[in-house]
Amino acid sequence: MNAATYTGALELAAGAVLVSAVMTLWRRQVRTIVTMLSLQGISLAAVALILAAHEHDGALALTGLLVLIVKGVIVPGLLRRIARLDPRSRETTPLVNVPASLVFAAVLIVLSYVVSARVTSVAPSVATRMVPIGVATVLVGYFMLVTRRRAVSKVVGLILVDNGIALVTFLLTSGVPLIVELGSSLDVLLVVVVLQFLVINMGEQLRRSELDQMKELHD
Amino acid sequence: MLCEITLVVPLLVGMLAAACPWHRWIGWTMAGSSATVLALGVALCLRTASKAPITALHGFLRADSLSSFMVVVIGVVSLLATLQTPRTMRQEMEAGITTRRYAGHYATLMQAFITCMLLAVLAANLGVLWVSIEATTIATTFLVSHRRTDRSLEASWKYLMLCSVGIALAFFGTVLVYFAELHVGGGHLQSASLDWTSVMASAHHLNPDVMRLALALLILGYGTKVGLVPMHSWLPDAHSQAPAPVSALMSGVLLSVAFYALLRFKAIADAALGPAFPRELFIVVGLASLVLAATMLIAQRDYKRMLAYSSIEHMGLLALGAAAGSPLAIAAVLLHILGHGVTKSVLFLSSGEIHHAAGTTEIAKVSGLLSRQPVLGGVFGFGLLALLGFPPFSLFVSEFTMARAEVDSGLWWVVALSLVCLAVIFGAIAMHGRQMLLGDAVTTNGPTATVRSVALPLITGLVFCAVIGISAWPLQSLLHDAARVVVR
Repeated sequence: MNAATYTGALELAAGAVLVSAVMTLWRRQVRTIVTMLSLQGISLAAVALILAAHEHDGALALTGLLVLIVKGVIVPGLLRRIARLDPRSRETTPLVNVPASLVFAAVLIVLSYVVSARVTSVAPSVATRMVPIGVATVLVGYFMLVTRRRAVSKVVGLILVDNGIALVTFLLTSGVPLIVELGSSLDVLLVVVVLQFLVINMGEQLRRSELDQMKELHD
Repeated sequence: MLCEITLVVPLLVGMLAAACPWHRWIGWTMAGSSATVLALGVALCLRTASKAPITALHGFLRADSLSSFMVVVIGVVSLLATLQTPRTMRQEMEAGITTRRYAGHYATLMQAFITCMLLAVLAANLGVLWVSIEATTIATTFLVSHRRTDRSLEASWKYLMLCSVGIALAFFGTVLVYFAELHVGGGHLQSASLDWTSVMASAHHLNPDVMRLALALLILGYGTKVGLVPMHSWLPDAHSQAPAPVSALMSGVLLSVAFYALLRFKAIADAALGPAFPRELFIVVGLASLVLAATMLIAQRDYKRMLAYSSIEHMGLLALGAAAGSPLAIAAVLLHILGHGVTKSVLFLSSGEIHHAAGTTEIAKVSGLLSRQPVLGGVFGFGLLALLGFPPFSLFVSEFTMARAEVDSGLWWVVALSLVCLAVIFGAIAMHGRQMLLGDAVTTNGPTATVRSVALPLITGLVFCAVIGISAWPLQSLLHDAARVVVR
């Protein structure tokens, strides 16, 4: 792979991760959001695979395939099942409305460039230059986690955070040791499975009502 | 071999519990496995005392004196918790809360939980440490929601969401440490592995900018599992909803296992950044936790939540002790981990009995406990005294030593502020305890005896705390050895 193709492909894939994160803030239909998440998983896997091809790194290629299966296929599949349990699964009243969210996302993206500068300056390269994209995805994920009320939206926020961190990991270090990567991917999967279990078992009322009305436990 | 057996015993018992339908003897086997872990922990301590660490499985596992000490803590607390398991399950089945099937799940998850904590302290690799702490979250989520009530599901939902976010931050921090390790040599890439020994060997050359960010993320991330402010809010919910033995294990050891991870990373950060920056961070989260615990305890109405907030308080104290960072302070932190683990699990287990007898967790509805159930009331009362730091219990010694070490490090203003919080907490817990223990007895029936199999382990636990409080004898050299692992 020549240098220009490598840079272009990496930029495209990493950019797609952030674009799909912002799209999840924009759309309200849970099915669309899950599709975006699946797209994000695939882009993330693409980043890993491009880096693996560039550096001839077998372990990273394996990680990329794992990410493709777990984050591109299985996790979105599970989320679709959660969404189907609740037919009215539209994010109706987020704490911050959609246009404001998008403006906020833009601010977060600028912020992430400022935050990442000191870390990326340690080892400037084509890959580390894109680290702010990963940080921005993490911040957008947090934003979603805090401002959305539906159980499914919160899970999506959590996955955005996780994907963002995975992107930073790939770009900064070409992947942590395989055992850690395996552990972290499987953990994401397990967390989603457990969340599905919780959503299914929550009483009908608890599931339907919005999560910030969970007020049984308080001081 | 010791390391492998320590992990394999609880794992095998867990598999047994998964394979066989629930029966009392599975509960007793679990207690046996915990006792074995405790014995192995003592053996590990003896083997690693002032000697080279043991490695096993091609360097995958590593036991130095700090890990060995943590194995002992896990052994003691899980022994106390598993000894109550058969009784808790019987009570729940009689009350129709649990079926045999769910009791089996419960046993399996408890063993998985214990195994994950053991792996966390025995892992040689900081990445594996992260994976196992994350795995404890998954096991305990199901344990918190064991009763399948709306409240317990709500608690476990909050727990899983908040801890997943927290642990993701900790992963971010770990990745940054790995990145710093890769770029130790400046231009060319080093081989990096996140292995504790190799990270410590190159710690002085880790990039300070990267490490500052990493440490902040790690404190926030692992701090979630420790229950430090600002990511503490899962803790009172989860601890009050889980069955008593689970609360005992979570509060007694899970929090300190996460704190153990922070101690390791603090040692790395101290070497890379110098002690000033890590100290500031630990002081901020420690003091914030103390202040929060004090304010929430004053008007607390639920005794399980009271114990949970007291855990936040004690974790805050640990953070302040770690901030002082001298060998004496860290030795006191470790003694505090052991003392708090035993005391808090005794309290949670006896609060489980109180809950069973009174049918409520409201402080105001429990009164005259001492006259109604003298033994149980006595255990709970002495437990509270131990928790409040009365001599002869070991928390007195460790809190006193930590305060002394903090003053020695020039942190007298931190000691002054924490003493104010401790005074408020003392008043609050003493007031609530008085209401529960003395007060007017609600019923006029004579005193009820407490089952001996419940009382004996709890009393033994309190006596153990008093003994290590009076004579630090078997522990002193061990604690100093363990402290030297993370302090130069």
